Amino acid sequence: MNIVLRLAWRNIWRQPRRTWLTTGAMVFSNSLLVFMISLQFGMYDLMINNTLRSFSGHLQVQAPGYKDDLKMRQSVPGIQVLAAMFREDDGSTKVAARGAAFALVSSEERSYGIQVFGVEPVFEPGVSNIPGLIKQGRFLGDLHAPEIVIGKVLARNLRAGLGDELTLLGSGRDGSFAAVIVSIVGIFDSGIPDMDRSIAEMPLGLFQETFAMGDAGHQLAIATPDLASVPAAVMAAEQLLPAGSGLVVHDWNALHPGLKQAIQADLTSAWFMYGMLVILVAFSVMNTQLMSVLERTREFGIAMSLGLTPGRLGRLVMLETGLMGCMGLLLGAFLGGLVTTWFTYNGFAYPGMDELAVNFNLPSRIFPSVTFGTLFAGPAVVFAGTLAAALYPALRLHWLQPVEAMRAA
Amino acid sequence: MGELRIVTLLAWRNLWRNHRRTLIMLIAVTVGVWAMIFMTALMRGMIIDMVRDGVRVLPGHVQIHHPEFRDDPSVNNLIPASGAELNRRFADKGFEAWATRVKVPAVITSERESRGVTLLGIDPAAEAPISFVADDIVQGRFLEDDSDTGVIIGLKLADKLDTELGKRVVLMSQDQNNEIADRGFRVVGIFDSDPDGHEEAFVFAGRATIQKMLRIGDHVTEVVFLGDDYRDVEPLYEKVSGLAGADVEVRRWTELDTYLSTMLTVMDGFVFVWVIVIFLTLSFGLVNTLVMAVFERVREIGLMLALGMRPANILGQVVVESLLLLVIGLALGNFIAWMTIEPLKDGIDISAVAQGMEMMGASSILYPVLEMDDVVTANIVVLVLGFLASLSPAWRASRYQPVEAITKV
Repeated sequence: MNIVLRLAWRNIWRQPRRTWLTTGAMVFSNSLLVFMISLQFGMYDLMINNTLRSFSGHLQVQAPGYKDDLKMRQSVPGIQVLAAMFREDDGSTKVAARGAAFALVSSEERSYGIQVFGVEPVFEPGVSNIPGLIKQGRFLGDLHAPEIVIGKVLARNLRAGLGDELTLLGSGRDGSFAAVIVSIVGIFDSGIPDMDRSIAEMPLGLFQETFAMGDAGHQLAIATPDLASVPAAVMAAEQLLPAGSGLVVHDWNALHPGLKQAIQADLTSAWFMYGMLVILVAFSVMNTQLMSVLERTREFGIAMSLGLTPGRLGRLVMLETGLMGCMGLLLGAFLGGLVTTWFTYNGFAYPGMDELAVNFNLPSRIFPSVTFGTLFAGPAVVFAGTLAAALYPALRLHWLQPVEAMRAA
Repeated sequence: MGELRIVTLLAWRNLWRNHRRTLIMLIAVTVGVWAMIFMTALMRGMIIDMVRDGVRVLPGHVQIHHPEFRDDPSVNNLIPASGAELNRRFADKGFEAWATRVKVPAVITSERESRGVTLLGIDPAAEAPISFVADDIVQGRFLEDDSDTGVIIGLKLADKLDTELGKRVVLMSQDQNNEIADRGFRVVGIFDSDPDGHEEAFVFAGRATIQKMLRIGDHVTEVVFLGDDYRDVEPLYEKVSGLAGADVEVRRWTELDTYLSTMLTVMDGFVFVWVIVIFLTLSFGLVNTLVMAVFERVREIGLMLALGMRPANILGQVVVESLLLLVIGLALGNFIAWMTIEPLKDGIDISAVAQGMEMMGASSILYPVLEMDDVVTANIVVLVLGFLASLSPAWRASRYQPVEAITKV
């Protein structure tokens, strides 16, 4: 084995420029792949986490049909007690009970239709970012106080500020007329225009009184420490629900179907592009190896007439490819890792990105991070592709007739 | 000129001397070119769809508002000129299509539920060529004239409100004194648009009816104009600005929907980058092939030089050889790309990721669009870069010393 290895190594350096050009193709595409894959997966993670942390949480307990119909009467009974039960069961997850309704909110000068959420002031910050994004005033305090927290854009549209009173008009769970007057105690700025324009939060107790909810709510939002713990959390939640309650558990895929699909769509187009790169590099390698085999026809002919089997010759060719492939893999991963790490510190942005980023809950500057997976996934596939490409030249050797070969030019 | 003929003849013959190698390179170039064009056609199609949809929703290529309307889209910021005045300014001035509308935030209440929506008072005749609704009616009818007392709502909204064709709803907004302005309407039509978000956001009624409800006389909140090319709105913008007067704000669609216009620009950049990346990957193989081809023919080149051929013609041979290869690859790649795109003209159904596409604002059927600009870009990049890539081996070939070259082993 040792001698074959040494032969292979010596062979690839017989034509240094050719070897460097072939390796160059691999290094180029590998660096590109490392960078793009790191960026891509970093972005996906960010997108998902940002979206989930902004409001919805990783999973929710709701009444059946509520997710699609959003009707007031599809409520979760005894929601605060249920929330407390969930909290006792698993300390690592954060649980928040909420009620939701559509209402007409009026300031002195303007009125708008918005979504109002009744929240538990103590527990809401564990699930949603909004309490932490209050830029003026404070978040809610008492469970029954006539207070409200609104977004920056809504405040501007309503021409209202801290301390101003707002009137909320809507219909309660039983269809009755619901009205309440609250004062603005906090204004939040989430950076997401839709949230800042159309969401307001009030204390859950007041919400339940105003909208004739009794002790019910509409969503039990649960945040897990990371995405990987979601399936287990879903199962645990289903166990914990009182039997016969009919309540359902939705994970974030069900709550945000668009999210996973947007990622899938992006991944598919990315696979296509990566696939193209791998194929083109494979062609380069096939060409190189073919040429190198053809020009050694006489040499191989002599070797075969001396007793070397075509199989071993084939293995020699594959080994040569393997060595170049390794060089390409290591150098490419190294270079790619270097470039990506530079962006880890300096952030990556291209012109026009901030507009697009807002739509997907992404910051306007992304800091990709290199992991073992993102570093070697792309180059590994390229390596496999180059080995596959070298099969054709290697297999051709089976048909080599030693005598003819020795006479070749 | 005779020299050029000889050079080309020699280059062509050289190309096919090692037909296996040339063929492999040719396949690589063809696949690369196909990938360039196919991918960009898909992306281009998606963007064009998105923009067309977006422009239909805005609607229009240019819009006019009260200067403070965009910041505060309320009924207090009406366009100062009356409807009659606007008619005088813009009618019969040769616009492809134009319409005035009243756009205000409102709350729609059915028997059971209420929602915040954007209410649009329109003139159906003028509106039809500009916005999306007339085409998307699936139940009932569109509005008959601007005094129609019916209302058109989206399918999803009808669902959420638990209402249907023929039922009554109440629309509630505010007038200029911040008094509630409301009126009962009958649902006379239901529309189904793609993307779905519009179905929940917009409600259409007759302009005159809404003007009466809001007590704003003959005034409107916006005037919209359609030009003939969404890519080039400058001429339309100039024309509208000239006629609009000083008391209003005139805006192009690119300013009103920055997300879409940014997408358009980013896509142009993306096409360019993608073409370059593919080419760079190919270039390693291309240069390798040329270097090998030259290397094999050192003695022959030396002989030609010794017999008096000018070095420039040697250089020419190599360059032309490379260009011939690329031209054939381009021709084949373009052809195959066209062949694969034509049958897909009816659209690729990607409804599996429909909701993800909604997030991006795209529809769930992908129509590839072969834009001449993109094809030309790809071809030019390949030719120019290919020419540059071939210069190095060509230059080295022309620098051979005849005596050394002839005697090379």
